Formats: sequence, C-alpha cells, structure tokens
Amino acid sequence: MSENEQKLRQAFASGLNLPEADVSEELQYASSQGWDSIAHMALIASLDSTFDIMMDTDDAIDLSSYRKAREILTKYGVRF
Amino acid sequence: MKILEGCSGWITGASRGIGRATAVESARQGASLILSARSLEGLEETARAIELVSGPRPRLIVCDVADLTSLKAAFQEIVSHTKKLDFLVNNAGILRDAFLGMISGAQIEEVMRTNVFSVIHTMQFASRLMKPHKSGSIVNVASIIGRAGNEGQVVYGASKAAVLGATKSAARELAPHNIRVNAVAPGVIDTSMIANIPAPKMQDLMHTIKMGRLGTAEEVAKVICMLASNYTSYVTGQTVGVDGGMWL
Repeated sequence: MSENEQKLRQAFASGLNLPEADVSEELQYASSQGWDSIAHMALIASLDSTFDIMMDTDDAIDLSSYRKAREILTKYGVRF
Repeated sequence: MKILEGCSGWITGASRGIGRATAVESARQGASLILSARSLEGLEETARAIELVSGPRPRLIVCDVADLTSLKAAFQEIVSHTKKLDFLVNNAGILRDAFLGMISGAQIEEVMRTNVFSVIHTMQFASRLMKPHKSGSIVNVASIIGRAGNEGQVVYGASKAAVLGATKSAARELAPHNIRVNAVAPGVIDTSMIANIPAPKMQDLMHTIKMGRLGTAEEVAKVICMLASNYTSYVTGQTVGVDGGMWL
C-alpha cells in the first residue's frame, strides 16, 4: 500500500469516525454506516488537512465513494 | 486595547462606503486584511486610507463576487496566502431599484447573484478555513430593507431578507465549530448608495429616523468590527440594526 493510500484510509477513518479496519474500497456516501451529510463535511476537512489541499465545493459534492475520493484527489496532484 | 489585534480578516466590497470604513476601522483595531472588490483603484484608495491609520498593508484582490469563477480564484489566492482566517465581512452588494411591474429577469439575477449567492459562497469558503481552528466570525451586511421592506425595492429587499435567513441558518450549522455568524442591518447611511434618492423621498425617510440624522459608514464599521471580534464571543445568529432607531 502506498503512503498516500495509507493516508487516505486514515483520513476516512478520522473523518467518518470509523476504525481504520472498517475503511474499505466499498465505502459509499449515504449507504455506509456513519457516512451521512454531517460526517461528509468532517471527511472533506480531514482530506483537506491530510493532503494539504482546499477541495473545490463541486468536488466535495461529487465525492460519493472511497474510489471517487481517490479519483478526485488525483486532480489535486495526489499520486497513489 | 485593539479588539482585532493579531486577527486576519477578509472584507468584500472594500473599495468604498461601508466596506472601506470597515477596512480602515478593523486595521485601526489591529487586524491584517485581505480586501476584495471589482475596482483595483478603489481598493488602492482604501489601502492608502489604512496607511494613514498606520495599519499593515492589506492584500488586495480584484474580484467580482457575482462571478463564481472570479470568487473561487480569489479564495484560492487567499488560501495560498494564509491558512487562517479569523473573520469574514460580507459587504459587497448592489442596489437596483425598480417598481414591481418594471423588474426584469436579468435584474433579479444580477442582484441575487451579487447580494445572496456570493454571501453563501464566501461563507462556504471562509468556514473551510475557520473550521480546523475551531474559531471564526462571519459578519454579513444586510439592510433595514430586508426587515422592513420598501416600495421600489422588492428585489433588493428580497436579497437582503435572504441574507438574514442565510445568516441564521449558517449560525446554527457553524456554532458547534465555534464559528459565529451575525448580520448588521444598516438604515439610511450617508454613502454613494443613497445618492440617487430624490429630495422629497429623503425628507420622508428622515422623519422615520428616530435619531433624526443619517448614519455614517464609520458607525456601521464599528459595529461590524465588534461582531468580528471576541468582544461578542457568545453572540451568534443575530441581526444588529445600525439605523438610528428606524427599526423600533
């Protein structure tokens, strides 16, 4: 697992208040436990601070799954 | 004691009137500032006025708040300049008077984009910078027209009422993050915005002001600075009238 992949998992765990072991590729907004609209804002803040970026609002809205997060972060120069 | 010592703030519409007065007063109170407006010339004049009160040179950003692309670029510039924002003053606004039967769709869009959409967008942006620090204050400049209404100002009144609604909702949402959101509602303030009011109408207006005089931009600025500062650390979701007793 790359360093950024590990950071992404930690950011999800911190943002969604989940044990890191529960963070998986299958996480989906609204259908995964703990990932509601309030947790989503915490997740975006967590991703911002972890990768030292300021995600565009449209990207924050678009970030609907773990896989999508990886795809969006690539736009900000994060390599996995 | 300077109530904004060590604070950094962003003021929109800072090239004249209440925005300029707020910039000068907050600099006098120790803040370092990011100022935005459409006119660089106006911003430079504000920067010179700040220099006269020995405030630090502000960062000037030419930005049209009605244009989301321009606003996003301004925000990116702010983020590259600082990771900490203590206060935001949403002052940019326009006035387009027209009687109900004479309001065009384009006019409604222009006013709403400038007076309402921009306030929501800048609150989004600013709160992103404030949340990690668990601290911040947002002051939205509304108007007495948003509370009381006025003939010929349906669009402006609707836009400023929307600002008050957005202020209250944002205050509820951001309070757990220790970010306060308040509004000021100026009455008739002696700025270029009232220059086109016909003399008879102005006479009528003067009769409704209990203190019997126009307000000054500096009087509004002082209230904004107070709300921006920790002097009002337990105040959120409020609208403070700065209107000489017009709204009583």
